[in-house]
Amino acid sequence: MEFTLKTLIFYGFALLTVASGIVVVTVRNIVHAAFSLMVTLFGVAGLYVFLQADFLAATQVIVYVGGILVLILFGVMMTSGRLEMRIHIERGQLLLGAVVAIALLMLLLAVIANTPQWKNVADDGTQLQPTTESIGTLILNGQFLLPFEVVSVLLLVALIGAALISRKEVRE
Amino acid sequence: MMAACDNVASGSGKTMFFAEGALSNPLGPYRRMGLPLNVLLLSSIVKILIIAHLLLIGVMAMIWAERRISGWMQDRLGPNRVGFQGLLQPIADGIKFLLKEDLIPNHVDKPLYVLAPAMLLIPAMLTIAVVPFGGSIEIAGHTIPLQIADINIGILYILAITSLGVYGVVLGAWASNNKYSLLGGLRSSAQMISYELTLGLAIIGVLMLTVVEQGGSALSLREIAKSQGKNLWNWNFLIHFPAFLAFTTAMFAETNRLPFDLAEAEQELVAGYHTEYSSMKFAMFFMAEYMNMIVGSAVTVTLFLGGWHFFGLENVGGPILSGLISFGIFFAKTAIFLFVFIWVRWTLPRFRYDQLMNLGWKFLLPVALSSIVVTGFLWVTTDGNKLLIGIGNVVAAFIVISVVGGLLVMNKPPEVSTPEIAGLDTLESEGSS
Repeated sequence: MEFTLKTLIFYGFALLTVASGIVVVTVRNIVHAAFSLMVTLFGVAGLYVFLQADFLAATQVIVYVGGILVLILFGVMMTSGRLEMRIHIERGQLLLGAVVAIALLMLLLAVIANTPQWKNVADDGTQLQPTTESIGTLILNGQFLLPFEVVSVLLLVALIGAALISRKEVRE
Repeated sequence: MMAACDNVASGSGKTMFFAEGALSNPLGPYRRMGLPLNVLLLSSIVKILIIAHLLLIGVMAMIWAERRISGWMQDRLGPNRVGFQGLLQPIADGIKFLLKEDLIPNHVDKPLYVLAPAMLLIPAMLTIAVVPFGGSIEIAGHTIPLQIADINIGILYILAITSLGVYGVVLGAWASNNKYSLLGGLRSSAQMISYELTLGLAIIGVLMLTVVEQGGSALSLREIAKSQGKNLWNWNFLIHFPAFLAFTTAMFAETNRLPFDLAEAEQELVAGYHTEYSSMKFAMFFMAEYMNMIVGSAVTVTLFLGGWHFFGLENVGGPILSGLISFGIFFAKTAIFLFVFIWVRWTLPRFRYDQLMNLGWKFLLPVALSSIVVTGFLWVTTDGNKLLIGIGNVVAAFIVISVVGGLLVMNKPPEVSTPEIAGLDTLESEGSS
């Protein structure tokens, strides 16, 4: 693999993702961890771009970085505005986390070992194609229509449920 | 042209740092428009330099304009001492900010406190990259599009980058370790999340009617501006009038401008999220606000006001002159829209928090949704008659607002007047109405 600007950017994003991921799990301050998670998610979005998934990359930033993580921060700020907010880690959590992490690593190693040939999308010279239109067509033209609708209904149910739970009691 | 350049590049490109393909935009095919690699590089750098500086000068001009126009609207003069008509006032302000002591209070969370202003400023600058600020210009036989990057997910890029802006506010507010800052940050993040939805949904109708040529993407801002054509009656703000209003309102909320500036309401929260900031860090928050306004105006002009088109004026003159004229048209439209920002500031009083949430969730969001449904329905049934779609959108928005308003009035919770907690009850019933 020859050394191009693209390779450099790819490794930059990879380093960003891994380094900030390590910070997320090691730092004890919850807001610092959340901010670090933002960098991780942003780095993952960058890696999506290298997988030719332009739509997914943008959606990743909109949904995870711009939506979910802001809500997490919002929750943290609502519950505790203090700077000395610390995460308490118990031994059980540590053990469970290690088990999950090792299992995931094994799974990924198995996939890496069983893949006959690796091809770097960024370097094979083909023009990247926009994916938005094909994703839209696949979702709405039948093939993935049912899963899409099921997910939509699920989200709607969650939305209504959240609104119901957070609702104030109406006095009679 | 392109084939020749590809041959040259493939001959020597393998060992070069800028190998062929290394610069094809990772976000999908960059429409190179037949530009050789070196021309593409050079023109991109020149465009980035010009636009970045225009943006910064624009911020200065906006600060001056805001103070002078505010003065004019309030029947006073405003700053007019420094330079001709006070034009050098922003420079004096800038020097003052730079020379002031860079105070970092002891009780703050230092890394995030320092990072927060940059987290607000960077997204504000990044957004302009995909906005087409003119047609194209012809220099030395090359047709150069007046846009930094024409990526095929332009709209999604804008929504994504805009959603990053909230971090500067939230982290700055939290890192300040001050209750006024925190309250401001909470208000601001809730507001930005609520209005982001409207911002995204209001664009869908526009995307539906965007006609692109083969190989183009309807999410590219250049294609959206192009498909609106040169005549006023084809521009999106007439066809999608309710969506245009919803989008503009959401844009005001996203930029934290009056009447949506609850995050920095000075009567209640000192200065909100930037209470603890001074000198250049405060100036960065300040600049980011104006930069967001400029970029927001530019995006609105592109999506709804026909971009660089104006009754064919953009085609007058030679290949260079027409490019400059199209840029001038875009510039003028953006400037007019920026005037509206200032105008609204001195016209509408600040909303109360519950009014803000009601407006966002109960009126703007349904209007944006109705615009999608009606546009889609009429697009299919009337064979794309834009006049009918425009009328249908307005009628639907009117019905939606009437129904929602009626429901709100009918379901108003009964007032409870227990003497001990009367004050509390009034507050709560206002909050839920």
